[in-house]
Amino acid sequence: MQQKDIKRLTMLLLFAPFALWILLLILLPHIGMVILSLREKVAPRVYEFGFGNYIDFAMEPIYWNTLLRTGSMALLVTALALLIGFPIAYYIAKVAGFRTRGALFLLCLIPLWVSDLIRAFGWILLLRETGVISTFLQWSGAIDGPIEFLYNDATVVVGLVYTVILFMIVPLVSTLDGMDNSMIEAGYNLGGNGFTVLRRIIVPYAMPGIVSGCIVVFMLTAGSYLTPILLGGKNSSWFTEQIYDQFITRFNWESGAAFGFLLLAFTSLVIWLGLKLSGQTLANTVAKS
Amino acid sequence: MTPNPTFDLECNNIAKSFGKVRAVNDVSFTIPSGSFFSILGPSGCGKTTLMRMIAGFEEPTGGDIKIKGKSVLGTPPNKRNVKMVFQHLALFPMMNVYENIAYGLRCSGHDKDEIKRKVHDVLERIALPDVADREIHQLSGGQKQRIAIARCMVLDPDVLLLDEPLGALDLKLREAMKIELKLLQHQFNTTFIYITHDQSEALVMSDHVAVMNKGDFEQIGTPQELYHRPNTAFVAGFVGDSNRWTGRVKSGDATGGMAETDQGLPIKFTANGQSQISEGETVDIFVRPEFIRTLRGADRQSPVEPHETSIDGVVDSLLFNGANSRVLVRGSTGQLIEADVTLTGSGDLTPGEDVRLAWSSEQATCFARHEAS
Ligand SMILES: Nc1ncnc2c1ncn2[C@@H]1O[C@H](COP(=O)(O)OP(=O)(O)OP(=O)(O)O)[C@@H](O)[C@H]1O
Ligand SMILES: [Mg+2]
Repeated sequence: MQQKDIKRLTMLLLFAPFALWILLLILLPHIGMVILSLREKVAPRVYEFGFGNYIDFAMEPIYWNTLLRTGSMALLVTALALLIGFPIAYYIAKVAGFRTRGALFLLCLIPLWVSDLIRAFGWILLLRETGVISTFLQWSGAIDGPIEFLYNDATVVVGLVYTVILFMIVPLVSTLDGMDNSMIEAGYNLGGNGFTVLRRIIVPYAMPGIVSGCIVVFMLTAGSYLTPILLGGKNSSWFTEQIYDQFITRFNWESGAAFGFLLLAFTSLVIWLGLKLSGQTLANTVAKS
Repeated sequence: MTPNPTFDLECNNIAKSFGKVRAVNDVSFTIPSGSFFSILGPSGCGKTTLMRMIAGFEEPTGGDIKIKGKSVLGTPPNKRNVKMVFQHLALFPMMNVYENIAYGLRCSGHDKDEIKRKVHDVLERIALPDVADREIHQLSGGQKQRIAIARCMVLDPDVLLLDEPLGALDLKLREAMKIELKLLQHQFNTTFIYITHDQSEALVMSDHVAVMNKGDFEQIGTPQELYHRPNTAFVAGFVGDSNRWTGRVKSGDATGGMAETDQGLPIKFTANGQSQISEGETVDIFVRPEFIRTLRGADRQSPVEPHETSIDGVVDSLLFNGANSRVLVRGSTGQLIEADVTLTGSGDLTPGEDVRLAWSSEQATCFARHEAS
């Protein structure tokens, strides 16, 4: 009996930090957000329960257009990160020799040692009107006047892909690593060409890694703030910027909370749809990669 | 050499080097249609490399491979009609049994109904008609084995390569699968090339066996030939169990003679057909345990035949294994000799008993040492 109690106590103690973390840092703030977002300001310091903040969002096309724009850009970034990251991951896991593999992995990690902010400023140094690329192109005679590469969507997408691609590569490498080479050879041996082997064997095998990489990358991108603001400027129209605006500039916490909650709901919906379409479950993607 | 269509596979002097390592060394052989051919050799002797060259995953550094009389050098693996059962089977875990078998048919562009018919047909033939909808992890080891073979056989290959496919199975199942593989080969009537380091697998199943050592073929022959008339010391030592001595020839001619082992034991031998053995040469002598008679009690004193070698010794221990029981005898010169005995359960040999071992010179195979082997 006593043994059992001790065991239970140990379990409780081990579980406590995790439970507290979930409760205090994730559940409580979100509950607070939901409650906050459901308050309507009817007069100074007078609040009423209601869906006014959400209705405001629905009535104002700029708001939901920004959300949709953020969502589609994040999807684009996810797709690009997958397209670029998959060959890299495949090379690291299957083609590179044992020693090269470690070096390549390290190379992928290096950008992560530098903070987001510094990286974004790095891009700015390269891309601004008086930046390295513009100057070089003028010097080489390819262009006549200086060109501003910053503050457009393409730059934002490139910057975001650069920031998040590591989170695509890591799960992909770990799933591809677990794949027996003879499986690929069997695919060829039974008559498949390179494309068939990729489509019917490698990609299905790597699916858990692909899905979990995509989830992480999509979440990170949709919720990112620094990169779109710094590289896209004021007119990047990123949804997190709207949230920031509501909280900080307008001091409208109620609607900021509603926006934050909407972003969470929207990204969750997209991920749910993605899981449904790819026929994966959250459990097996997270467990496998 | 003119292409001969009765050979499913011909290899002429194929060689493969990985940098400085010579994995396969000018190997030549031909395999007639519909036979079961085994390549037997110790670990690391180049069996897998040879097979991968036939399948097209490695490019030979020299020589030619012909399938059905046509050279396949430069043909990519997916264009060769050679299918392979991998060591760990390499079934696709994300597909069910039906999809696994249908994969190859899809690649070659068969239509849906035909695929369905063929898959069910082949499942019928491997006696697993009901597993089409199962996932791979729901199969037993032996069933996986058969699915892996079916997945290849459904494509009607010219040659089926099997790389130690029984390696991952437990002993009981291995025994059962040996017989099953042989039956499957008969049923499909396709040429099987079977790689193994387990001599009993090779001997039981094959029509022909090639013994491979350090990238070379030592001997190709039927299992009986290899067992009873080995050409080299390596084959004699590797195929079947043997007592092995090294010694020096005391006297001898082309037919046989007398040698003395390093321990000082005189042994009469018959010269192995292929090699000339002259006096003073260092030789390896092999005697199989089943050809050694164990004499006990009064029999010990009876004179042995003139062509027989006999040695007195003391029973060191009994290795009981039912019908394959052995006795270990410590001879007068100190070394241990293994002999087959029949143990009946009463009045058997006991450790410490004095015995005499005797064997005919015909059973003492002798090979000259040319270089250190
Ligand atoms: N890709 C490679 N690069 C370098 N050396 C290799 C390579 N593949 C095989 N070898 C070497 O070639 C030799 C033969 O290897 P192989 O795999 O053919 O042996 P094997 O007979 O199949 O052995 P096992 O029974 O253990 O599977 C070995 O010495 C091995 O180290
Ligand atoms: Mg091998």
